[in-house]
Amino acid sequence: MWGFLKRPIVVTADINLSLVALTGMGLLSRLWRLTYPPAVVFDEVYYGQYISFYMKRIFFLDDSGPPFGHMVLALGGYLGGFDGHFLWNRIGAEYSSNVPVWSLRLLPALAGALSVPMAYQIVLELHFSHCAAMGAALLMLIENALITQSRLMLLESVLIFFNLLAVLSYLKFFNCQKHSPFSLSWWFWLTLTGVACSCAVGIKYMGMFTYVLMLAVAAVHAWHLIGDQTLSNVCVFCHLLARAVALLVIPVVLYLLFFYVHLILLFRSGPHDQIMSSAFQASLEGGLARITQGQPLEVAFGSQVTLRNVFGKPVPCWLHSHQDTYPMIYENGRGSSHQQQVTCYPFKDVNNWWIVKDPGRHQLVVSSPPRPVRHGDMVQLVHGMTTRSLNTHDVAAPLSPHSQEVSCYIDYNISMPAQNLWRLEIVNRGSDTDVWKTILSEVRFVHVNTSAVLKLSGAHLPDWGYRQLEIVGEKLSRGYHESMVWNVEEHRYGASQEQRERERELHSPAQVDVSRNLSFMARFLELQWKMLVLRSDDSEHKYSSSPLEWVTLDTNIAYWLHPRTSAQIHLLGNIVIWISGSLALAIYALLSLWYLLRRRRNVHDLPQDAWLRWVLAGALCAGGWAVNYLPFFLMEKTLFLYHYLPALTFQILLLPVVLQHISDHLCRSQLQRRVFSALVVAWYSSACHVSHTLRPLTYGDKSLSPHELKALRWKDSWDILIRKH
Amino acid sequence: MPPATGGGLAESELRPRRGRCGPQAARAAGRDVATEAAARSPKRPARGSQRFEAAGRWALLALVTLLSFATRFHRLAEPRHICWDETHFGKMGSYYINRTFFFDVHPPLGKMLIGLAGYLSGYDGTFLFQKPGDKYEHHSYMGMRGFCAFLGSWLVPFAYLTVLDLSKSLSAALLTAALLTFDTGCLTLSQYILLDPILMFFIMAAMLSMVKYNSCANRPFSAPWWFWLSLTGVSLAGALGVKFVGLFIILQVGLNTIADLWHLFGDLSLSLVTVGKHLTARVLCLIVLPLALYTATFAVHFMVLSKSGPGDGFFSSAFQARLSGNNLHNASIPEHLAYGSVITVKNLRMAIGYLHSHRHLYPEGIGARQQQVTTYLHKDYNNLWIIKKHNTNSDPLDPSFPVEFVRHGDIIRLEHKETSRNLHSHYHEAPLTRKHYQVTGYGINGTGDSNDFWRIEVVNRKFGNRIKVLRSRIRLIHLVTGCVLGSSGKVLPKWGWEQLEVTCTPYLKETLNSIWNVEDHINPKLPNISLNVLQPSFPEILLESHMVMIRGNSGLKPKDNEFTSKPWHWPINYQGLRFSGINDTDFRVYLLGNPVVWWLNLLSIALYLLSGSIIAIAIQRGAQLPAEVAGLSQVLLRGGGQVLLGWTLHYFPFFLMGRVLYFHHYFPAMLFSSMLTGILWDTLLRLCAWGLASWPLARGIHVVGILSLLLGTAYSFYLFHPLAYGMVGPLAQDPQSPMAGLRWLDSWDF
Repeated sequence: MWGFLKRPIVVTADINLSLVALTGMGLLSRLWRLTYPPAVVFDEVYYGQYISFYMKRIFFLDDSGPPFGHMVLALGGYLGGFDGHFLWNRIGAEYSSNVPVWSLRLLPALAGALSVPMAYQIVLELHFSHCAAMGAALLMLIENALITQSRLMLLESVLIFFNLLAVLSYLKFFNCQKHSPFSLSWWFWLTLTGVACSCAVGIKYMGMFTYVLMLAVAAVHAWHLIGDQTLSNVCVFCHLLARAVALLVIPVVLYLLFFYVHLILLFRSGPHDQIMSSAFQASLEGGLARITQGQPLEVAFGSQVTLRNVFGKPVPCWLHSHQDTYPMIYENGRGSSHQQQVTCYPFKDVNNWWIVKDPGRHQLVVSSPPRPVRHGDMVQLVHGMTTRSLNTHDVAAPLSPHSQEVSCYIDYNISMPAQNLWRLEIVNRGSDTDVWKTILSEVRFVHVNTSAVLKLSGAHLPDWGYRQLEIVGEKLSRGYHESMVWNVEEHRYGASQEQRERERELHSPAQVDVSRNLSFMARFLELQWKMLVLRSDDSEHKYSSSPLEWVTLDTNIAYWLHPRTSAQIHLLGNIVIWISGSLALAIYALLSLWYLLRRRRNVHDLPQDAWLRWVLAGALCAGGWAVNYLPFFLMEKTLFLYHYLPALTFQILLLPVVLQHISDHLCRSQLQRRVFSALVVAWYSSACHVSHTLRPLTYGDKSLSPHELKALRWKDSWDILIRKH
Repeated sequence: MPPATGGGLAESELRPRRGRCGPQAARAAGRDVATEAAARSPKRPARGSQRFEAAGRWALLALVTLLSFATRFHRLAEPRHICWDETHFGKMGSYYINRTFFFDVHPPLGKMLIGLAGYLSGYDGTFLFQKPGDKYEHHSYMGMRGFCAFLGSWLVPFAYLTVLDLSKSLSAALLTAALLTFDTGCLTLSQYILLDPILMFFIMAAMLSMVKYNSCANRPFSAPWWFWLSLTGVSLAGALGVKFVGLFIILQVGLNTIADLWHLFGDLSLSLVTVGKHLTARVLCLIVLPLALYTATFAVHFMVLSKSGPGDGFFSSAFQARLSGNNLHNASIPEHLAYGSVITVKNLRMAIGYLHSHRHLYPEGIGARQQQVTTYLHKDYNNLWIIKKHNTNSDPLDPSFPVEFVRHGDIIRLEHKETSRNLHSHYHEAPLTRKHYQVTGYGINGTGDSNDFWRIEVVNRKFGNRIKVLRSRIRLIHLVTGCVLGSSGKVLPKWGWEQLEVTCTPYLKETLNSIWNVEDHINPKLPNISLNVLQPSFPEILLESHMVMIRGNSGLKPKDNEFTSKPWHWPINYQGLRFSGINDTDFRVYLLGNPVVWWLNLLSIALYLLSGSIIAIAIQRGAQLPAEVAGLSQVLLRGGGQVLLGWTLHYFPFFLMGRVLYFHHYFPAMLFSSMLTGILWDTLLRLCAWGLASWPLARGIHVVGILSLLLGTAYSFYLFHPLAYGMVGPLAQDPQSPMAGLRWLDSWDF
């Protein structure tokens, strides 16, 4: 214990200078003149507005990915002291002085810079040579597309960083496994794998692909472990348990944590409130919460309510009626009941108020004590302003002739009786005697005479209905659909003038702060669900492309053009690296198939350890490329070239692996090996040359003449902007 | 292995085939163990009674088949009206009998067979099949229903034989057969004029013959081997020829074949030449043969349907020229476009249709409130346009004017013939594709503004500047904005009558969406010429019809605010489909799986995954299993694995599909799931019996278990059979109803 008294304390540090150098070069290439251009570049316009929302703590909903990515960018804004005041409305707009451009772009740039030494580490951990590892890192360093993407306020470089981190830490863990299982570093790397995977998923759903790949590789290794009969059963069980916790439980918990922080941060109501349910809105500060605060919880006979449709498509709206009647004869010649229109109206309005009436009594006020409405009760809904009651009958609805018309009943004395009894069904009830609750209960109204269900059809009425939405009685209620479900949003106990005394006393019980009633899990589930199902109308984009064009770099994206000169930034890859990456992949696939077939016939071309290395490198690099690329063929959304970058990094990792394999195992003589090395050096210099030539388009710092720009247009499909003067 | 143990029939069959080598032998040995285990249960005396037993097996098969036929044909004629999709497939059968051309999103074989069945049974194709509920009256429909029921009845014996072969256990096969016979869903689906019984017939036939040729693996190139191999190919062609869902069984057979070849390739005792022979045989029987048959069905389809019909508009002009009765068939029309010609303009991209306009305006808030311009797939007088010069409004058909041909690069105006409005575009965003400009009909009686001017360009110009009917591919470029007229292929909402959107795209990319050809051409001042040069070749027709089918399939998108069936609903039997009748006075048929069968299936999948992984882990840990358990686990892992793969392949792809889905899409998967149930319970019960062998009644566990499952299924069928055979009287929530108390889920509406 007192050993340090006897012996001096010696710290020996192994510093891999090449790693330091790579990191330095990575930082230099990504951070150099980071604030240039001082204007909004491409998707910064998109992410920027969310950063502003974070700064102002306003709730928003973005369907493009989980919140962790936005939060990382917002962290940059927070560190730079951004106040969120900037109008993100157009690409190319100059940043005002309050926008800390450098710190906003810093985190993605750091992530991009650190990817370079990580590539080195990964190839080394795959047990390939230092030389191959240097090759991978140098390729990452000079890849123009990666540089462009890292230097801006975009998420791809962060995603790539976590993807690589997941692979690297799994490899470290796997190499620990052989000599020191359950050691400290073993635990560290295993946990880090799970954390990195979770972060990748948290940035973009695309991170899921790499996560699945890591799970698959871990599962195969675990299967081998199970087959290892030198281990005891308990030991195997512990191994499996550790992996399950680190790779399944931790990522899920972290993912929830992202949402938790997200919801904690964004507590004010904002422009996307309308998409969420009433209960969710009420949990945000301002907006609906201001209205619903202190309103009675239980709906009673005599309550005045507004009813919001839960489905809310095409727009969120409230059950509504007004003085006008349905036209006697529609344009297409069909007839109507000519009774008062009932519609769904997307704005708050005094005509959205309805009174819940007990069919057995006449008064429209809440009795004392209030008699709450329960599941299965018969009710009438009386329109507040016109005191006509909600009615449906066997008349075809104006736009959906297969459904029944819903009206507010007017007695024309033409032997068309009122059919205004509705049975209340609480959809999310706990028991059959549940009470109808404000905001929380989702209810259906089933017509007693015809068993039709009150439904929002989604169609817009013509001019006579003021283009409000059609409400129908759906006879064939085929199962549960949200368009048939309603909830009470605003609520007050009805009381006529002389009952004002009682009103005060009625308000005192059953007051709830609804926001506390909605648990984090409920809010998380709703938010996640809305994010997954919300479909923004993805129109085609000028620079959208198809996955097939990516492999050969047949497309580019113009990110930014200087307002006066022709300096411009493009997302454009180093074509030498792209083409040779694809070639390497093809060579890898063919060689593997060849080896596999020969092994099957018992011809072993490679020594066992070389073969295992080759397979593991392929599973991670070629597999990483495949899982990050192939799923795009199944997707229907608008795709861009930058979606390919994660796949590209895996291809870049595979390149030196294949090159070293060729040199080690396919070159027979020393001479061949020398020639091959010379070729590789020549090839790398050409990649450097291409990178340098494309540099003005990557950094956008130099204005080229139209002639020079034309000379850069190596492919006809590249869209390089040339000013006409 | 001593020859007399057990002495089941299957084993005695296997016996003379000894003398195999390598892994094959190992595999076969595994199977022998399984056989032994399977044959163990009822004690049998030695060989004397073998013939008796063989007869017993045949009798059992006959019984299963008979029961299946009896249930499927019972009350087949009811209801005597069109049920559900009979309205489509019956109609399409009639089209074959009448030889009129139509368009459908499925390949033709199924409907062709329905048509053939109708034809042979004396149906004359005169019934209109207008809508569900129409009475058949004197029309003969039983031939078609009988044919579908006939194919549907074979599902049960096929499943029986497949399971028998996979598990070598009679009780597993019997259980499977009972599950399928007594499933009300399978029963209902087999009783009507639908594609599903035909599809499932081919799927199960392919599965059965694949399993059979697998079990012939020890006698390669023998007659039965060739027979089953080629039968697999034929069934695959059949399955794909009925619906594209047939691809899933092709995938399964493909995976099985790859695994098989990999096995043979690793067998060092086989020379490469032998392996090559194996490969060639499979390529011939499983790729070449099905492709040839599949193509042949299309050849027959095109040959039979030689008359023009409702499907013409979906296809290109050249395609239509083949159909007699079409205005392009043996047509003679003026060749070169001239001013004053009345024309129809068709988009070159498949299944987009004709440039169309009608007397309806774009609704408020969607661009300018001017007349809609769309594309429309059907022939209609609203597709007619008149070509006019941009600067004069004189009538070019006035005989005093000389004929003036339209040339490449001319500035023209297109006037809609019915409404006399000009094709017009302007800087308003298009209704759906926001980045494009809106295209409208504008002006009164042909007088508009400069936004009505279009430059006409021929894309495939060789020589001469005139524009040829049908053969010139033209582009229309808007003069003021420089955009190109095109169709986005997106379906407009209800206000646009669900026709397709027409836009003017500012991106001058060369896509077929913005290229058009002139199809009809009327100009009395020009001489007509014959256009027989258009005849497309067979491969072109084949390719085109596939493109149209694929586009048609992806066009079946669900709409908002409508209830749609989701794949996760299916295995839990969440909701059925109404085949006939709604109210309590109607004769109602409701397609719903027998809940007992379906929930048992669901439970079995979970149990299988559990028991399968336990066994797999035990084997991987190197546990020494007793011979009997090892045999049973082989059955569970191999046989069960095959079937589970089938279920997976026929179920999970639906989660990726964007098109409208229906409950009946699950039924092929359900067949596999029932086979899994049969194998699983039989094996589990045997394992139980083995585990409790010390207990005197252990032997009985298996028998009692299987019997109670059989009886339980039969009883549930007794309860639920009105779903399939029809119900009258009050709905199930009424206590008076025959189905009272059986509505176990609120979502079932019968």
